[in-house]
Amino acid sequence: MRSRLRLLLLLAILAVVLYPLFWMVGTSVKSPQEIVNNIGLVPREFTPGNFTDGWHKFDVGFGRFFLNSAMVAVLAVLGNTISCLLAAYALGRLRFRLRKVWFAVMIGTLLLPGHVLIIPQYILFRTLGWVGGDWPYLPLVVPHFLATEAFFVFLMVQFMRGIPRELDEAAKIDGASPYAIFQHVILPLSRPALVTTAIFSFIWTWNDFFRQLVYLSELQDYTAPVALTLFIDSTSESSVGPMFAMSLLSLVPVFLFFVAFQRMLVEGINTSGLKG
Amino acid sequence: MTTVRTAQSRIEPVRPGPADRQGPRRRRHSENLPGYVFLSPWLLGLLAITAIPMMLSLYLSFTDYDILTPLSEVNWVGWDNYRRMFTSDPSYWHAVQVTVTFALVAVPLKLAAALAVALLLNRAIRGIGLFRGLFYLPSLLGGSVALAIVWRSMFSRDGSFNSFLAFFGIEGAPWVNDPRFALETLMVLAIWQFGAPMVIFLAGLKQVPAELYEAASVDGAGTWSQFRNVTLPMLSPVIFFNLVLETIHGFQGFTAAFVLSNGTGGPVDSTLMYTLDLYIKGFVELNMGYASAMAWVFLLTIGLITVVLFRTGRFWVHYSDAEEH
Repeated sequence: MRSRLRLLLLLAILAVVLYPLFWMVGTSVKSPQEIVNNIGLVPREFTPGNFTDGWHKFDVGFGRFFLNSAMVAVLAVLGNTISCLLAAYALGRLRFRLRKVWFAVMIGTLLLPGHVLIIPQYILFRTLGWVGGDWPYLPLVVPHFLATEAFFVFLMVQFMRGIPRELDEAAKIDGASPYAIFQHVILPLSRPALVTTAIFSFIWTWNDFFRQLVYLSELQDYTAPVALTLFIDSTSESSVGPMFAMSLLSLVPVFLFFVAFQRMLVEGINTSGLKG
Repeated sequence: MTTVRTAQSRIEPVRPGPADRQGPRRRRHSENLPGYVFLSPWLLGLLAITAIPMMLSLYLSFTDYDILTPLSEVNWVGWDNYRRMFTSDPSYWHAVQVTVTFALVAVPLKLAAALAVALLLNRAIRGIGLFRGLFYLPSLLGGSVALAIVWRSMFSRDGSFNSFLAFFGIEGAPWVNDPRFALETLMVLAIWQFGAPMVIFLAGLKQVPAELYEAASVDGAGTWSQFRNVTLPMLSPVIFFNLVLETIHGFQGFTAAFVLSNGTGGPVDSTLMYTLDLYIKGFVELNMGYASAMAWVFLLTIGLITVVLFRTGRFWVHYSDAEEH
C-alpha cells in the first residue's frame, strides 16, 4: 500500500515536471486562435505551418542558425576532448616540476565564474581582430582548444587515476616513452571519459547564450539561441506558434543526446558533479 | 581486458631516453619535457584566456575605459568606479538585492526538492532508471533560451498557469510582467531543474550502510528519527557539495533573466540579476571600466561566500571513517 502511494506521488511530481515540455510541444502546432483560447495540451486543429513560418520568419532562415550552432558545438567538442585529455594526462600521470602547483591552479579555475572574464576577453579578442572578423566564431571556439574548461580536465584526471598504474609501469619497462604510453595505453582506455566530455561539451555549447550574444552581431552569423531572442522583440500574437516551433526544434539535438546517452549522462554527473 | 592487451602489445620498444640515464636524484622529475609538452595547450590557455584578461580587467576597473577610445588613451580614475558602485548607483544595489534574494530562496528550495524526490526514489521501484532520467531532463534543457521562452509564455497574462488557476476560480497575475512576481517565476524555473542535484543525492543515499538503519530501528527509531539521525548526517558531505555548486551556479543566472525581461532586467528592475546588470553596463552602455570593477567585486564576493560555506561546513558536515580512503 505504501509503495503504491509512493509511486502515485512520484507520478504526480513527474506530471508537473514534464508539463512545460508537453505544453511546448502542443503549442508549437496550435493556431494563433487556439493559443489564446485552448488551454489544453492537445490542439484541436493541427497547425504544422508554424514550423515553416518560424523557419522563414527572419531575413536569414533558421537552417543557417542551426548550422552555425552545430559548427560551434562540434568544434567545441573537438577542442575540449583533445586539449583537456592532453592536460589531464600531464596532470594525472606524469611527474614533472611544479605539477602540484599547476594542479592546484586548475582546481582554482574550476570555480572561476566565466562572466568575470568576459569583458577583458572581449577586449583582447577585439584587439586581435577576431570580433566581427571574417570568421566571427574564433572567440567562441579557440578557448576550447586551450583546455579552458577546467571541469573536463578535472573529470579526466579523476578518470585516469582509476587506470591501473601497473599498465604504465609495464610499458615503461618495455621501454615505452610517455608519448607512446599516452597513445597506446591512456588514449584507448580513456574512451568513456572522452565520450562523457564530448556529450556535455556539445550540450553546453549548444545551450550557451551569454558568449554567443556578446560575440555575434551579424544576423547571418547568429546561432540558434541568439536568433530565438529575435522572436521576443516581435510580440504579435501570430508569432507565438512559430516561436514555439523553433524553440522546440532547437531542443531536439539535446533531447536526442539525452535519449541515446541517458545512462552515461546520469553516471557522468555522479562521478564529477557536473551540472547539466 | 582485450583492449588492454592489444594496446600493450602494440607498444613499440623505444630506446631509453636521456632522463633514464641520469642518476636516481633526477628520477623524481624524469618526465619534465613530456609533462610540459602535454600541458602546453592548457598553460597557453591559462595565460592568454584567464590570467592576462584577469590582470587587464583589474587595471580597467580603475579606468573610465569604454570600447570606443583606444586602450592607450584611457584615464586612470582611481577608486571612482568602486565608489560609484557602492554609493551612487541605485541599480547596482538593486542588482545585488535581486541576486541574493534569488540565491537565498531558489537554492535551498531546489536542494529540498532534489532531496525529497531522491528519498522517494531510493527504494526498489520498477522503472527507477526511467524516473531518474526524466527528472534529470529539465537540468539538461532548462538553461536554454528555448525553455526561458516557454517560461515567459507560460507565466504571461494569457499563459497556461493563469488558465490553470482559473480552473480553481483563482485570478492570477501577469506574472512575468509584474514586478512583484517576476523574480519568483525565475526561481520556479531554477527549482524545476532539481534533477542534477537529485542524481547526486541518489548516489549518496546508496552509500549509506543498511546496518545503520537496522540498528536505529532496533533502538526504536521511527522514520523521522532515522532520517534526522542517520540519513541527514550520513548525507551531509553530499548536501554540502550540492550546496556549494548550486550557490555558485545560482549567483550566475543570466539567460532566463535576459529572456524573461527582454534584456532589460525589468519590469522595474525586478529581474536585474548581477550578471545581467554587468552585461548592460559593459556591452549596452559600454562602461567597460565600471563593468570590470563590478566583475571584480563579483569574483571576490563569490570567493568569500565559498570560503564561508567551507568554514561553516566544518560544523555540520559529517565525514564518516568509512569514507576516508
